[in-house]
Amino acid sequence: MNQVRKFDLALFAACVALFAAMQGMIFTGIIGPFWELNIILICINIILAVSLNLINGYTGQFSIGHAGFMAVGAYTSAVITVKLGLPYELGLVVATLSAGFLGFLIGLPTLRLNGDYLAIATLGLGEIIRICILNIDYVGGASGLMGIPRLTTFAYVFWIMIAVIFFIKNFKNSAPGRCCLAIRENEIAADTMGINTTKYKVLAFTLGASFAGTAGALFSHYFFLAHPASFTFMRSFDILTMVVLGGLGSMTGSITGAILLTFISAFLSDFPEWRMIIYSVTMIILMLYRPQGLFGNKELSVKMFKLGGKG
Amino acid sequence: MDNFLQQFFQQLINGVSLGSIYALIALGYTMIYGIIKLINFAHGDIYMIGAYFGFFATTQLGVGFIPAIIIAMAGAAIVGIIIERIAYRPMRNAPRIAILITAIGVSFFLEYGMILLVSPQPRTFPAVFAPTVYHMGPLVANSQQLVILISALILMVTLSYIVNSTKAGKAMRAVSFDADAARLMGINIDKVISMTFALGSALAAAGGVLVGVYYNSIDPLMGMMPGLKAFVAAVLGGIGIIPGAMMGGIILGVVEAMVSGFLSSTFRDAAAFGILILILLYKPAGLLGKNVREKV
Repeated sequence: MNQVRKFDLALFAACVALFAAMQGMIFTGIIGPFWELNIILICINIILAVSLNLINGYTGQFSIGHAGFMAVGAYTSAVITVKLGLPYELGLVVATLSAGFLGFLIGLPTLRLNGDYLAIATLGLGEIIRICILNIDYVGGASGLMGIPRLTTFAYVFWIMIAVIFFIKNFKNSAPGRCCLAIRENEIAADTMGINTTKYKVLAFTLGASFAGTAGALFSHYFFLAHPASFTFMRSFDILTMVVLGGLGSMTGSITGAILLTFISAFLSDFPEWRMIIYSVTMIILMLYRPQGLFGNKELSVKMFKLGGKG
Repeated sequence: MDNFLQQFFQQLINGVSLGSIYALIALGYTMIYGIIKLINFAHGDIYMIGAYFGFFATTQLGVGFIPAIIIAMAGAAIVGIIIERIAYRPMRNAPRIAILITAIGVSFFLEYGMILLVSPQPRTFPAVFAPTVYHMGPLVANSQQLVILISALILMVTLSYIVNSTKAGKAMRAVSFDADAARLMGINIDKVISMTFALGSALAAAGGVLVGVYYNSIDPLMGMMPGLKAFVAAVLGGIGIIPGAMMGGIILGVVEAMVSGFLSSTFRDAAAFGILILILLYKPAGLLGKNVREKV
């Protein structure tokens, strides 16, 4: 067993311990319903943030339409469990696949664009997805799809989150992952070196979109409903902020960003009128003083602390 | 068929008046993008702030339409300069995405700051004109639409004059062409950028007041959608190109009016973004833009 596998195993053990501790606290009621909700929200946000980081951070393709894919996942899974009466697990799988498929369809033409244009195109597409859903009466139209059973439990969210994190972590170190990183560094150079840039950009986009779909399915089956208003570009911005706050291209950064922002929202929920103001001011100040995000594109690791402080 | 034509021309009238408002907002987007390559997400909120300035000028100060629009433009210009000074200037050399996030932050700040200040309830914009309705054969236009068209036209002509025929306009064009070279020629870039923000914000504010007059209702979140759509309009015409923004705005307004007239108004927004995707795929530089090849 090489060093990497050993490290993975240690991480996995840590995850099991963390899970046991959290689950125990939820069972015994040390963590009340409010914080349980927020912990589940954190897990969902982590899935969203790391999957967006795969697109924005690793591959360098600026996408801000993540909420659209989340909506697709939320609605597909809800149709499967509510309308068709099929099991939730199937809903999760189909949500993932359908969001991924849509991501593939959308990615193929739009990823030819770059920079700001891609950002605006993905923003527009996210909105188009939402408006289309809004006009489908089968899924409730503007009033949303109601009566979704709460099938998402902490165990589901936690292990799916761990699976997504491990998948993306390993993807980054795989051959396709390195191709994605090469594209981020310099697309033309990557192209010259024989990398099929379109293929890897679409691959990263599809993977990111499918995980967003998973997150959407988890989301709708925790909050009892899938509503078009939950998937506006505001949510895409939220996810983007998590990624950028933690540091673009840093997995641990995205995780930290998701945890931090969800906590900030939770703490500010007592002051609804000030909440968004404090949130936005935090965002501006952070960008003014640390534009590369908390971790830059480095990973938080033991080594980082050994060298003293965060690089 | 007659019915169809009548409907078509009626929607054309509605579309052009809505489109000229988009054009006013899009002009600011395009100028700011042209000069500092920033998608100023807060631009739609400047338009909202302009509408509120106009609202308070007419209700509190009791002034007429023209003074109100001037007050709104001046107020928004100052707000625009302040935003640029505080939020964007320190980020001039930061990564693009960081500036974009800042812009989104500023946008949220303006929206929710206004909610805190003026309450989230929509306000009724006072009727500054007697709502006369003009009949041209079977077609109907009202005085608001006429005022919107005329004001937008005057503002656009003024802007074209400023950009093309004054020294300040020349400086603006120089900075947007090549900022470093402009600096070497002794142009004060910071001043030019401030001026661009002032001009863009003033135009957006005028758009805000006109929308208030047109729809009689304003609220703190009114800027979100028009802001995005005006950006679509700017991209449609070719971002950074001033006549392009005017054209893009009008086209977008007409298409939207047609979609809501012939299909359903719920697809209005989807149509706008659909146009955006199509134009980005087939002519990413915009209708009036030139394709520039990226060099290694």
